[in-house]
Amino acid sequence: MFDAGIIYSSLLNGLTSGAVYILIALGLTLIYGVLHIINFAHGAALMLALYGVYFLKVNLGLDPYWSLLIMVPVMFVLGYALQRLVIERASHGKDENILLVTLGLSIVLENLALLFFKSDTRNIETAYTLTTVAVGPAMIALPKIIACLGAACMSLLLIGMMKFTKIGLAIRAVAKEKQGARLMGIDVEHVYAMSFGIGLACLGAAACFLLPAYYVNPSVGGGFVLVAFTVVVLGGMGSFTGAVVGGLLIGVVESLGGLFMGDSLGQVGIFMLFIIVLLIRPQGLFGAKR
Amino acid sequence: MKDFRLIVLFAVGFAVLPWFTHSGVLLNALMMALFACLMSQSWNILGGFGGQLSFGHALFFGTGAYAQAIFQMQYGVNPWAALALAVSISSLLGGVLGWISFRYGLRGSYFALITLAFAEVFRILSLSSTITGAGVGLMLPLSESFGNMQFSGKTGFIELILCMNVIALLITLWLKNSRLGAYLQAVRDNEDAAKALGVNPLKVKFFAISISAALMGAAGCFYVQVFQYIDPNLAYGAHTSVAALVGAIVGGMGTLWGPVLGAFALELLSSLTRNFLGELPGINMVVYGSLLIAIIMFLPKGLIGLFSSMGAKSQVRGGIAVDSKLKS
Repeated sequence: MFDAGIIYSSLLNGLTSGAVYILIALGLTLIYGVLHIINFAHGAALMLALYGVYFLKVNLGLDPYWSLLIMVPVMFVLGYALQRLVIERASHGKDENILLVTLGLSIVLENLALLFFKSDTRNIETAYTLTTVAVGPAMIALPKIIACLGAACMSLLLIGMMKFTKIGLAIRAVAKEKQGARLMGIDVEHVYAMSFGIGLACLGAAACFLLPAYYVNPSVGGGFVLVAFTVVVLGGMGSFTGAVVGGLLIGVVESLGGLFMGDSLGQVGIFMLFIIVLLIRPQGLFGAKR
Repeated sequence: MKDFRLIVLFAVGFAVLPWFTHSGVLLNALMMALFACLMSQSWNILGGFGGQLSFGHALFFGTGAYAQAIFQMQYGVNPWAALALAVSISSLLGGVLGWISFRYGLRGSYFALITLAFAEVFRILSLSSTITGAGVGLMLPLSESFGNMQFSGKTGFIELILCMNVIALLITLWLKNSRLGAYLQAVRDNEDAAKALGVNPLKVKFFAISISAALMGAAGCFYVQVFQYIDPNLAYGAHTSVAALVGAIVGGMGTLWGPVLGAFALELLSSLTRNFLGELPGINMVVYGSLLIAIIMFLPKGLIGLFSSMGAKSQVRGGIAVDSKLKS
């Protein structure tokens, strides 16, 4: 009923939106892997970063890709500070408190944005917004191609950082055995805050790659974050390879689901997949059995 | 016994209060506070006593509300009968959700996520299905009479929500002192230890979520009767889940009077911000979120923790964290 060309371009579209999901899910999976807690404020932080990129472009005329140099460090500092000043202090050593505090943070951030920026949907105009590139028989917008490359670079960077740097080693040690790591002289609280910071820095980068092709409004995070949760759960909590495979898979499922069943049911398809994975294989495709 | 006497006082006090005032603002505030109270008490049964933090309690609220509207409009059922049906349907949905998620051992953040996902699935489905009126929503025809559960003034609605609250309080009181409630709190504090002592965690959590969902469904029915309108975002939107959760946590989780205190405090605070800052979009949620963070940070036992002499016996908040591990 559909010819191969439409399916091909829909597949390609799915892969590019999958790349975007990967960008968002990488930070989420890192935070989960170390703190063993789901950061409910992830969507709100992404929204904040998108506004940052937007205002840098509108007020200072800075190209979104140059904003990387500002947004990544800013988001890192924000994440580090949030963990140190709010989440750590509110947790009282209980996981459930972290869960509730990140929920509280997301409510506050989203509604502050609504208060100050109103509910208008905003996007930016760049010289390359409407440029398209031919990939085989289909046309793809240039910003989406760049987002794909960005996702690939960031995944490699993160995996490299975890494997070869000292902080990566410390993060892996804390993720595996908190008490043991503390006894080896690792400052566990610092590592927590570093992971949270790096997780949000990923979002800063994601926002720079996202905005040229998407838009921002106060509730934009909510839509992305449930998908990112799905990606992370599907791939296996804490697994970077899982996030990459999960992201691409979800992108394709959404795109093909939308093609065959209509857009809103494609969304339901994602959530159903999420629920089924949570129930039947909560460790995900690549997660270790816990 | 003291708690029972307090419930009687609560019931009589709020039942006669509307006769002493004609201020519409005050009556409306009282009605909304009692409405919030019911939602918080519902969340408290599962979250406070059971330790299962639901982030998607709107699922039961919306289902109750839609059932109440659909039974009346599509099938011509009397609202009082519709209320019974809608509450049963919410409770059943809670049971089904509880059964599948607890059966597969979901706890902590996973349970929070799955409730959130279910609420979102129902929101999207109700946006595209014709029986729920899709994006337009359902509007209940206006016809004021007792038999129709539509009252001409606020007083009638206040008595209705007060009745629901008293039932919720009595259920919570029973839960606090009954064997089932003790099992539930044992499962919350340490599921593995409770299991080793012969408690069936699946069964007690199943009961807790069914009761909690029934009360939340009743709140949904009340909403439809008062505002005579429901749409997917009102029914399944995140703000309802948040209001239920924040009220219970601010007041004090796992206590009988905490959610009451929390809901009234939140209502007071949001009407104060409305008065001083005006009607700004999102300001209410900013207040709720900040309060949630502040309470967890500085008053982890909730407001009721401040009245330590009064709440000493009812403070059963356990010291053991909800285990984030998936399976025992």
